[in-house]
Amino acid sequence: MSARALVALLRDPVRASALAESEWNGIISAARAERLLGTLAVRLEGVDVPDPVSAILADAQLDAEREKRIALWEANRAAAALAPLGLEPILLKGAAYAAAGLRAGKGRMIGDLDILVPRDRLDEAEAALLAAGWEWVKPDPYDDAYYRRWMHELPPLIHRERDRMIDVHHTILPLTARPRPDAAALITQSVELGGGLLVLSQEDRVLHAVAHMMADGDLSGGLRNLWDIRCLLADIEDKSALDRRAAHHGLTAHLARARRLVAHVYGDGLRLTFADRLFVRRLLSRDAWGQDSRKWLGLAFYIRSHLLRMPPLMLMRHLWTKWRKGHRPA
Amino acid sequence: MRHALTLGIGPATFRIGSEWGQPIDQLSALYAAYPQDAAAVADYTVRLEPAGPLRRWWRPSVRIAGDHMLPDAAPMALRHGLLAAEMGMNLQMALGWRRHLLIHASSVEKDGRALVMTGESGSGKSTLAALLGERGWRFMGDEFALLDLSDGGVHPFPRLVSLKNAAIEAMRAEVGDSARFGPLLEDTPKGAIRHLVPPADAIARMREAAVPALLLFPRYGVARDVRPVGQGEVFMRLTQASTNYVALGEEGFEALHRFVTEVPALAIDYESGDEAAAMIDELWSALP
Repeated sequence: MSARALVALLRDPVRASALAESEWNGIISAARAERLLGTLAVRLEGVDVPDPVSAILADAQLDAEREKRIALWEANRAAAALAPLGLEPILLKGAAYAAAGLRAGKGRMIGDLDILVPRDRLDEAEAALLAAGWEWVKPDPYDDAYYRRWMHELPPLIHRERDRMIDVHHTILPLTARPRPDAAALITQSVELGGGLLVLSQEDRVLHAVAHMMADGDLSGGLRNLWDIRCLLADIEDKSALDRRAAHHGLTAHLARARRLVAHVYGDGLRLTFADRLFVRRLLSRDAWGQDSRKWLGLAFYIRSHLLRMPPLMLMRHLWTKWRKGHRPA
Repeated sequence: MRHALTLGIGPATFRIGSEWGQPIDQLSALYAAYPQDAAAVADYTVRLEPAGPLRRWWRPSVRIAGDHMLPDAAPMALRHGLLAAEMGMNLQMALGWRRHLLIHASSVEKDGRALVMTGESGSGKSTLAALLGERGWRFMGDEFALLDLSDGGVHPFPRLVSLKNAAIEAMRAEVGDSARFGPLLEDTPKGAIRHLVPPADAIARMREAAVPALLLFPRYGVARDVRPVGQGEVFMRLTQASTNYVALGEEGFEALHRFVTEVPALAIDYESGDEAAAMIDELWSALP
């Protein structure tokens, strides 16, 4: 299983010099599929690898640097659009890691720009972004209403000239999820970066990544999210402060699972529960061709993600609506 | 994947996996003269997957997947599997290649100097390159010209020539050896397609670059004419013809700027391959 070879290499980069050339194809395909090739390239700096591999890694580093440049520019544009409101956006995920120079950001691919603003200022923020050239991409009224009523973010917006997406959050989990993180505390504890930008506190950064991975979504792209968590955990100075913060947000069990998975996948190992083992199997499901070799498990996690997201009756209504509109699970 | 092939084309290496044997057998035969080292590290992986759970057997249908994918690409019939593989490889180059400035253009070489031809689909650039490749020029590629980021040279990417519709008969008349042609693929999204194996010297010299000497914007089906094209227009058209100009940033700008300022550019209109070949010979011999 190539995902396994990939994480072994991320954990212990010096193994690279002992790999046979034929093993690289599977590792590179799995890394591309998991959007971890840039991260792998950074990890393998200074390690002896075959020439064709080092050319591929150099390309990936170049791409990651470009992504970072674009992400920081998008953050700058969003900050400029919100500045007249006296509103400083809190950067989340990739853009935050890049802007704060964190190790989680090294070589990382950054997709959309994610920002957090206070919920009571969401309407103003949306109006300012629309005026600055962002546009709605979900024309469906059901989707739009669903986002506004139940999600932790506005429907996604795309900038009409730069073609980049922005997700404007007011908290870090959907309102229908069981844990209810304290959004006001996320905002009051945020840290100034300069340039009109903020990031979450050290502890909240970990907990956002944990909540996103463990309590929302179907674990697609999970290996990259787990790598983020590994790096963010390594930056934590006071473990007990993190524990207290997790308890405050109702994320204690999620944090514990994240620690076990990080230790198992990227560290020296830790005892896993039965459910943890399912997570690990799902995380390591890429084969040597970059394909998901455990589709049934992916489907199970897809169903789980919906059960996490809403109560059964609401879920039935939601699925029925989406089915009638022609939506089918991937 | 059940069937696999590793192929070296120009500077790039592809690993192609398929759930069906037929596309791989066809590729392996048509690319017989190219490096096929199964142990080589591939720059890109292409996968030909069944488009749905039953589609390996029942009305078999191919989804083009791989390292780089288009989310909404339409699946293709298995009888067009060879075309799917070619499209998959092109897609990897178009979306992933960073080691040269990639221009959607054909190119041929003579005396170490390259003629580059670019234009919309249907302009005849592909057929012209194939034609010249049979008439004393070295064929370098019908799809992508790769501009060197440091010295400005043009690197070949001589994959199979993809002949469409009327170009198939035209090249059948030009090339005596029928073994160089792939199967006729009818009713593809682009009409009839037949692949042509490039001449032996094009394959043997596929890692040999050339200095660009002339850029043409051919246009097929319009009465003979030759017009100069200004540098500003050339620059704009080439940024549109490049899939990685933006991704390469400053390096891409430098490479394109150098190409545009050093290489003369002309638009030519022509009504037949013979006419275009004669015009090109004339223009070529008039170069300094």
